[in-house]
Amino acid sequence: MTIFLTYLKVFAVGGIICVSGQILINFTKLTSARILVIFLLLGVFLEAIGVFKYLKDFAGAGVTIPITGFGSNLAKGAIKGAKESGFFGAVTGGVKAAAAGLSGAIFIGFFVALFSNSKSKT
Amino acid sequence: MRLDKEESKKYLKEIRRDMPASKHISTVFRAFLTGGIICCIGQGISDIYKNFLLKGAEEDTIAGLTTLTIILITGILTGLGVYDKIGNFGGAGSIVPITGFANSVVSPAIEHKREGVILGLCSNMFTIAGPVIVFGISASVIVGIIYLFV
Repeated sequence: MTIFLTYLKVFAVGGIICVSGQILINFTKLTSARILVIFLLLGVFLEAIGVFKYLKDFAGAGVTIPITGFGSNLAKGAIKGAKESGFFGAVTGGVKAAAAGLSGAIFIGFFVALFSNSKSKT
Repeated sequence: MRLDKEESKKYLKEIRRDMPASKHISTVFRAFLTGGIICCIGQGISDIYKNFLLKGAEEDTIAGLTTLTIILITGILTGLGVYDKIGNFGGAGSIVPITGFANSVVSPAIEHKREGVILGLCSNMFTIAGPVIVFGISASVIVGIIYLFV
């Protein structure tokens, strides 16, 4: 039962975040790059003001799987770096924390693209 | 210039009036469904790592591995042409999750591959992801510097 409730929350919150993106697409001329940037910055902002961890406690992957989670990771790393090693940490901490996403996307993207060919769009 | 803006606003308004409400409802519903399912899959992968594969590992390790796994799955699905179909159905539901970010790296890379590996594949990987990385890293540095003073 608890598992069901957890997944229901993940589904609902993740769904609502995507719905707000869809509403932005339907009613403005925003392209997907801008949508991604908006939600990323939202994640950075929510982490910076300390709200994100409560959302994460509530909805788990519902907020961490959307790109807001990536933004929150960047901000969390920078804050941690700033506290541990001052200016140097503030500059390097973000990328350090988001390394899995960045490095993974680049490496996997490169190899998948090398071994697959573009499909004709129908 | 201002006139142009107003004209285009008017035009958009009229277009919107012509767009049936049912289309909004259906795209929003599909975005909800797709986004919700992708997040649940993410939660599932993270739970599998946490409870079975990597018992007692640090939370950051599990989160990072979950991200990597999802990016890998998305990369393969994009390579097979399946993610395009998910995208057609799910709209923002397939863009906003981290899968959308991974797809935005892989998809243009495949598309421009015929222009060469260096100038086609590699330099086009970041046509969409580039702004995300630039804004993300810049914002994180700003946040870090702010936290030096608070």
